[in-house]
Amino acid sequence: MSVLVFAEMKGKEIHPVAFELLGKGEEISKELSIKLEAVVFGGDESTAQELIDYGAENVYLYEGEQESCKECLSSLATEIKPEIMLFGATKFGRALAPRIAASLNAGLTADCIDLRVEEKEFIQIRPAFTGNILAHIKTRSTPKLTTVRYRVMKPAEKRKREGRIIKKESSVDIKKSFPLVKREKIESIDIQNADIIVSGGRGLNSKEDFKMLEKLASLLGGVVGSSRPLVDDGWISKDHQVGFSGNTVKPRLYIAIGISGSSQHLAGMRNSEMIIAVNSDPSAPIFRYADYGIVGDLYEVVPKLIEGLEQKVS
Amino acid sequence: MDIVVLVKVVPNIERVRFDMEKGTVDRSSAESEINPFDLNALEAALQIKEKFGGKITALSMGPQSAEGVYRDVFARGAERAVLLSDRRFAGADTLATSCTLSEAIRKLEHFDLVLCGEKTTDGDTGQVGNEVAEFLGIPSLYYVSMLGIDNGNIYATVELDGEKLVYKVDTPALLSVTKDANVPRLPTLREKLEARKKSVEIWDAEKLGGNTERFGAKGSPTRVAKTVVPKEEGRKGSIYRDVKEGIDALLSVLEA
Ligand SMILES: Cc1cc2nc3c(=O)[nH]c(=O)nc-3n(C[C@H](O)[C@H](O)[C@H](O)COP(=O)(O)OP(=O)(O)OC[C@H]3O[C@@H](n4cnc5c(N)ncnc54)[C@H](O)[C@@H]3O)c2cc1C
Ligand SMILES: Cc1cc2nc3c(=O)[nH]c(=O)nc-3n(C[C@H](O)[C@H](O)[C@H](O)COP(=O)(O)OP(=O)(O)OC[C@H]3O[C@@H](n4cnc5c(N)ncnc54)[C@H](O)[C@@H]3O)c2cc1C
Repeated sequence: MSVLVFAEMKGKEIHPVAFELLGKGEEISKELSIKLEAVVFGGDESTAQELIDYGAENVYLYEGEQESCKECLSSLATEIKPEIMLFGATKFGRALAPRIAASLNAGLTADCIDLRVEEKEFIQIRPAFTGNILAHIKTRSTPKLTTVRYRVMKPAEKRKREGRIIKKESSVDIKKSFPLVKREKIESIDIQNADIIVSGGRGLNSKEDFKMLEKLASLLGGVVGSSRPLVDDGWISKDHQVGFSGNTVKPRLYIAIGISGSSQHLAGMRNSEMIIAVNSDPSAPIFRYADYGIVGDLYEVVPKLIEGLEQKVS
Repeated sequence: MDIVVLVKVVPNIERVRFDMEKGTVDRSSAESEINPFDLNALEAALQIKEKFGGKITALSMGPQSAEGVYRDVFARGAERAVLLSDRRFAGADTLATSCTLSEAIRKLEHFDLVLCGEKTTDGDTGQVGNEVAEFLGIPSLYYVSMLGIDNGNIYATVELDGEKLVYKVDTPALLSVTKDANVPRLPTLREKLEARKKSVEIWDAEKLGGNTERFGAKGSPTRVAKTVVPKEEGRKGSIYRDVKEGIDALLSVLEA
C-alpha cells in the first residue's frame, strides 16, 4: 500500500510537477500511514536518487521509452497495489492516466487543485463546469487515480535522503502506437511558467497594438497573453491563449487589458496571485476578480503606464 | 471510412446559473447544446468522409430529453445517430460512461475511426476518449490540433511541449481533436430540412448486453461528494475610475 507518484520525464529531466506531487504525496501518505513511492521511465540512477531526495521511499526505475510506459505501469499497479496513484495534469499525464484507469477498472479524477484526507478518506478537489464550481470527489476503487494541475501545490523539500531503487524490466509486448512521420521544434512561449503575464483582449483595435502590450510586458519582465477571439482571428499564436480551451496559468501577476472576463477566460487565470484589469466598462466582470483595476480607455492607460515605468527605470 | 463521433449534450455554460448557497448547478436554468468541442470532432469526421466516403454515426449517452438538441448532428452530416438512454445509465462517471460507450461501439456493424472532443464544458475531465480507446483496445491520439489527408492517408498533428509531432494514422483508432483542428461549418437550411426526416435510435441497457453492474452509478468508482461555488475571496478590489489616480496606484504596486 502506497501513494505512487508517476514522475514524468521531460527529455533528460524530471518534470517539476513530479516534485509537487511528492510534496502533496508525502502529506497524504503520512495521514494514511502508507508509503510514498515513485515510478519513472527512462532516466538513470541519479534520476531515481533525485526522486528519493524529494521524499520517495522506493523508486521503480524502468529503462526504455516513456511513450510506451502504459503496459508496464498497469502491470506495476497490479503487482504493488498502490492505494493512490498521482499523475501531473500535463498533456502527457492527462492522456496516459485514463488508459491506466480503464485497464485497472479504477476511478480517475481530473485536473485537481487540492487533495486532502478527511476522516481517513481521500478527497480530491477539482474545478468543473468551465471553472465555475469546485467539486469534491471521492473514489471507492483501489487504486484511486488522480491527475493534479501543475504549479498549484508546493514542491517537496529536497534534501539528502535514503531510499531504495528498484530496477524493472520493460515488458516485451508493448503495443505499437502510430508511425511518427515528422517531429519538429516549434517556437512557442512557455506561458505556464511565466511569472508575469500581460494579456490583451477584444478591446484592442488591431493586431499591431499587441506591440504596446509587448512593451509593457518586457518592462515588467513578463510575457504577452491573449483571450481566445484574437487567437481565432490570427492576431497572435495559440500558445499565448489563456483560458478554458487554452493555457491555465497561475502567475505572480496577471494584467488583463481590454478583456471582459468571460467564464472561459477566468477558468484559465482566476488563481493568479495578483490580478490587474484595465477596461473601459465599469460593469465588466473582470473587475470582480481584480485586486486593482482602472476603468478607462486602454489606449490612454497603457501608454501612461509604460511611460511611468520607463521613468522609474531611468 | 466509417466514423463514430462521440457527442455529449451539455447545458449552455454561458447561461447556466449556479447556486452560491447550495453550491449546485441549476441545470434547468439554461437550454442545452451540443458540447462545443464535439462540433470540431463532427467537422473533422465530415472532412474525412468527403475524401474517403463512408458513413458517420453519432453516438451519445444521455437522458431522452437530450434528443431534441442531439438531432442537430443530422444537419451537421451524420447519417445515423444513436442515443444511449436508460435510467440504469444515470449517475455514470467517466469509467462507466466509457464502458457504456465502448459496448455500444462494439454493437455497430463496423467502424474505422472514433472521433471525440477534447473535453466537455460541464464534467470537463477530458478522460472519456482515452478510456473508450482502452476499453476497445485500440490506439489513440489526444490533443490533435490538425488533421491532414494526403495520398489516401490520414495524418494527425499533436503539439506537445514545444514540439510538433505528426503521425500517420492507421485504423482502427481513436482521435480526440482540439478546437484548433478546424472551424465547424454551420448547417444550411436545406440540410436542416433534410435532417427532419431522420430519427434518432434509442438504445437501452438490454441492447448493450445488460451487464448493468458496469453502467451508471453502480459501475462508477468516483462520486461527486459535494460541490461548492468558489467565492472570490482575498482580492483587494481597488478599482479606480480616475485614470491618473489609478496609474499612480498601479505604478506603486508594480514597483514592489
Ligand atoms: C467552448 C469555449 C471555449 C472557450 N475558450 C476560451 C479560452 O480559452 N479563452 C478565452 O479567452 N475565451 C474562450 N472562449 C470565449 C469566451 O466565451 C469569450 O468570448 C472571450 O473570452 C471574450 O474575449 P474578450 O474578453 O477579449 O472579448 P470581449 O468579451 O468582447 O471583451 C472585450 C472587452 O474590452 C473592453 N474594451 C473595449 N474597448 C476598450 C478600450 N478601448 N479600452 C479598454 N477596454 C476596452 C470592453 O469593455 C470589453 O469588456 C471560449 C468559448 C467557448 C464557447
Ligand atoms: C462536477 C462534476 C465533476 C466530475 N468529476 C469527475 C471526475 O473527476 N472523474 C470522473 O470519472 N467523472 C467525473 N464526473 C462525471 C463525468 O462528468 C461524467 O461521467 C460524464 O458523463 C463524462 O465525463 P466528461 O463530461 O468529463 O467528458 P470528457 O471526458 O471531458 O469528454 C471528452 C469527450 O468524450 C465524449 N463524451 C463524453 N461524455 C459523453 C457522453 N455522455 N456521450 C457521448 N460522448 C461523450 C465527447 O466527445 C467529449 O468531447 C464529474 C461530474 C460532475 C458533474
